[in-house]
Amino acid sequence: MTDQDFVNSGVDSTLTKPSNLDQQGSAPSFRTALNGTTISYKVSSGRTFYGLMARDLRVLSKNLGEFASRTAMQPFLFVFVFAYLFPKIGQGFSGSVGRNISFATILVPGLVGVAATMSGIMAVGLPLAIDLGVTKEIEDRAMAPVPVWLIGLEKIVFGAIQSLISALIVFPLVILIPSTPVQVHVANWPLLILVIFLACLISGAFGLTLGSMVQPVKIGLMFSLLVLPLTMLGCIYYPWSSLSSVRWLQIAVLINPMVYVSEGLRDVLTPALPHMAVWAFLMALMITAAVLLFAGLKLFTRRVMS
Amino acid sequence: MKEKVLQVVELVKTYTGLRPVHAVRGISFDVMKGEIFGLLGPNGAGKTTTVGIATTRVVPTSGTVLVDSVNAISDPQNAKMRMGVVTQFNTLDRSLNVRENLYYHCRYFGYSSKEAKARADELLELFQLTDKVKSKPIDLSGGLAQRVQLARAIAHYPKLLFLDEPTAGLDPQSRLALWEVVKVLQEQGVTVILTTHYMEEADVLCDRVAIVDHGKILKVDTPENLKKSLGASTFLDLKFVETTTDDLSKIEAMDEVLEIEQLTDRVRISLKDSDSVAIVIQKAVTMGLKDVSIIEPTLESVFIKLTGRELRD
Repeated sequence: MTDQDFVNSGVDSTLTKPSNLDQQGSAPSFRTALNGTTISYKVSSGRTFYGLMARDLRVLSKNLGEFASRTAMQPFLFVFVFAYLFPKIGQGFSGSVGRNISFATILVPGLVGVAATMSGIMAVGLPLAIDLGVTKEIEDRAMAPVPVWLIGLEKIVFGAIQSLISALIVFPLVILIPSTPVQVHVANWPLLILVIFLACLISGAFGLTLGSMVQPVKIGLMFSLLVLPLTMLGCIYYPWSSLSSVRWLQIAVLINPMVYVSEGLRDVLTPALPHMAVWAFLMALMITAAVLLFAGLKLFTRRVMS
Repeated sequence: MKEKVLQVVELVKTYTGLRPVHAVRGISFDVMKGEIFGLLGPNGAGKTTTVGIATTRVVPTSGTVLVDSVNAISDPQNAKMRMGVVTQFNTLDRSLNVRENLYYHCRYFGYSSKEAKARADELLELFQLTDKVKSKPIDLSGGLAQRVQLARAIAHYPKLLFLDEPTAGLDPQSRLALWEVVKVLQEQGVTVILTTHYMEEADVLCDRVAIVDHGKILKVDTPENLKKSLGASTFLDLKFVETTTDDLSKIEAMDEVLEIEQLTDRVRISLKDSDSVAIVIQKAVTMGLKDVSIIEPTLESVFIKLTGRELRD
């Protein structure tokens, strides 16, 4: 220990007698924190889960306008340019898939699907990556009296809800805006509900997985390397069966979960279009949901715990 | 016999990997009801890991932590119910305002909407935050943010409050204010675990302090006893017009003097007890005393004596 250290270590006596505090620093004269009452420390995971959900819904309601415009902008412009403007100005895609089905019809399931799926990444993944990596806001929720995986599950459920809202926002846009006829027909409601449920679940779980995995500084990279290929090669703008003329691509895109969401919705919303077999997309959707659910909860728990 | 609110038993944490890190190697201590217990140590000493395990966020390699007799490792849910945590970072929910931060915290702890509203309003009142109800966390000063965090941490009436370097980066005013709040909470029966690298914070607030280094507890005692354990209660720094070896040996020979050390421009004298200050000064005056300062031993000097080095914080 040097001499200077010792002198520096002396306690300033005024510090021990906090008497001259200004208004901002005035000592609270509150009566009690514990009130002397007996507190029951009863744990209720259900109520905590509900509380976490209430918080997320409150935040969503504050940003509803922002959320809606973010969700609607991309599909709106897409449908407007390609399904309204192009047919009007005579420029168009020749790629009809036979049977005189418009490009606008192809877009319906694709754009609804991509809006729903990306919603999870945007609404759960990005904020979570920042929460975990920068602001540590998750701390308070991590200390809530529930197992950590349940906090992750709440994020998935919330992501799924937003995903559903996104789908509902986009659906009327893609039906109403095109200048060419859109053929939408729901023949199998239970299957529609199942496909939408799985798509929303995948979206939420995908968001949790990415949010727990991606460092905030890598978000830009994630968009280029993950989100763009998922979208462009996700059978959103073309049915999977039409890829038969580029066989290697038709096989390669099968690793993209987006393909099954698009194809599933294509089957339930636009049955006139050629689409993948029901068992195939259902099985793929269920496996994807299970894998992402497991991975998301695992990664999230690992990030919160050490 | 006082109730033990926290029992840490033989805690070990080794981070496995290519080069295993022995963060905690056998830490045990008890914290009694109503106590403010300090964990003092440099970065990497193991105090953060210890608190991490106690707050159920780190899984220990071995050992047990009991929070209000609930095993925090096997039953984290029930343990979390009984504790509140304030970190040095502002972890307030930035998407919510001050009142909502308190309200939703209560909801996470199972309060109904009505109960949570009532509790949030009560806390705003208690912590003098009523004019900040609608403020966003990012607009709060450091001191205010910490006050909100403290209010939030005790919202669910925890038995045990963890304060992890709560005044790091605060201005002196805010630090004093926070100390006051912590003192009041203690009076209300809240037990507090405080990790800090501010010596005076531990000195002012803590009833007992554990000095931690290299994953072990070096010593646990009251700040006073720790300081006494230095072997001298008080130091005197004397400056003379002219320092002669003859004078120094005369002072050294005094009964009241324990040790004497010659520094560049002055002489440091360790006294056996603080009552002998006057006697030594009287003697020094006859030798041409120019200046004098009295130095009480601090926790930092205890710390440096125990760990043999500077704080690395």
